Amino acid sequence: MRLTPDAWIFWQYGIFTLNATILFTWVLMAVLVLGAVLITRRLATGHERSRWQNLLEIVVTAIMSQIEDVGLQNPRRYLGFLGTLFLFVAAAALATVIPGFEPPTASLSTTAALALCVLVAVPLFGISGQGLLAYLKSYLQPTPIMLPFNLISEVSRTLALAIRLFGNMMSGAMIIAILLSITPFVFPIVMTLLGLLTGMVQAYIFTILAAVYIAAATRSSKALNKIVP
Amino acid sequence: MLIDGFTIAAQLLNFIILVWLMKRFLYQPVLNAIAAREQKIAAQLADAAATKAKAHEQQLEFEQKNQAFDKQRADLLSQATAAANAEHAQLMVDARQAADAADAARAAALLADTQALHSDIVRRTQQQVFEIARRVLGDLANVSLEQRACEVFIERLHGLDGPALTTLRQALNSTSTAAPAVLRSAFDLPAAQLALLQTALDETFGQALALKVETTPELVSGIELSAHGQKLAWSIAGYLAALSATLDGQPAERGSA
Repeated sequence: MRLTPDAWIFWQYGIFTLNATILFTWVLMAVLVLGAVLITRRLATGHERSRWQNLLEIVVTAIMSQIEDVGLQNPRRYLGFLGTLFLFVAAAALATVIPGFEPPTASLSTTAALALCVLVAVPLFGISGQGLLAYLKSYLQPTPIMLPFNLISEVSRTLALAIRLFGNMMSGAMIIAILLSITPFVFPIVMTLLGLLTGMVQAYIFTILAAVYIAAATRSSKALNKIVP
Repeated sequence: MLIDGFTIAAQLLNFIILVWLMKRFLYQPVLNAIAAREQKIAAQLADAAATKAKAHEQQLEFEQKNQAFDKQRADLLSQATAAANAEHAQLMVDARQAADAADAARAAALLADTQALHSDIVRRTQQQVFEIARRVLGDLANVSLEQRACEVFIERLHGLDGPALTTLRQALNSTSTAAPAVLRSAFDLPAAQLALLQTALDETFGQALALKVETTPELVSGIELSAHGQKLAWSIAGYLAALSATLDGQPAERGSA
């Protein structure tokens, strides 16, 4: 039994390895991009539009609405990053219903990469939002003594993001695999449904947490002081 | 090993590529479509608002025109009514005038007919009386009517006295050859009667009078001497006038002047 799809290796040359994580990631990427291309190939701007366009518009506007609810004023600016995070994690969770498919998010390497993306994106958005000095000053809040703790917080929450998603997705896949070997008929189906729910929740949590981190980084200290006196 | 450095790097790259691809093929087209639809809806709403405003404006304009039209129609109707009333009154006046004129014409025609009939009766009566008198005089006295008329005129002349004679004399004195006294008779006076009359006049007024003799059938067998507005006459016309007055139920003077 494999704990991670990283261990499922198709090809290897030195450090270059083509494992199931990368392969299934490409598959997901291809499906997402091809689906988007096919649906957005004939977008209607009138009142009559296809159901797939409606689905895409609902998804996109729902993500933007969630981003705005978190407190980010210009959701379109963050839609590319946060929306892709959600769609990738959610698509990986949905794809677990396909027999033989192992979600890339069940790999700690993938979740770590996503968490690293968040770790890099948060200061980038923060600096672009309030400037380099203002952003760096936020590490000294509320007092300079808190600088080490703020840094530790950055690292720990990144680790938490990675581990949380990995643990949930890996455990879901693991439970299904174990149950398939024990009770191969009904119970794995129920657990698969539960795994779908868990995967969607994890996608939502991952995206919302990333949005919250970005929102915290982009808000100025004055705004924070206004919110938390 | 749960984590692999190469896989992390590959997934990082994969995710960055996926972000770019999704932005390129999903978010931008969808958001652009939504924005285009919102813009179109906003344009339609603006058009609808403009159309509504225009319709409201046109409605107001139409109502104003309607009111103006009603007022104009009422004015025209009142003017037409007034004109019709005036025309009616004028037509009534004209009709009355035409009726009066017709009445007058009819009355005049009736009067003319009556007068014509009267004149015809008078003329016929004159002719009959004249013929009867002529026959009576011829049968009884073997005297012509003309001769007897001259004699009667001379008798009247001799019978003049007082103011009548004086007035007539003064009138005759003022005559001359250029403006002689006029002696009218209903018939052509024979030379004997004319000489007789000239003699009687000369004797009566004591001078030789210049006479102008005229034949006037209207006198109906009579003789008339006129000078400067004065007249001495005898004719059957006087008797006929009395007869006509009698027939009309009116009193009339008889015989001579």
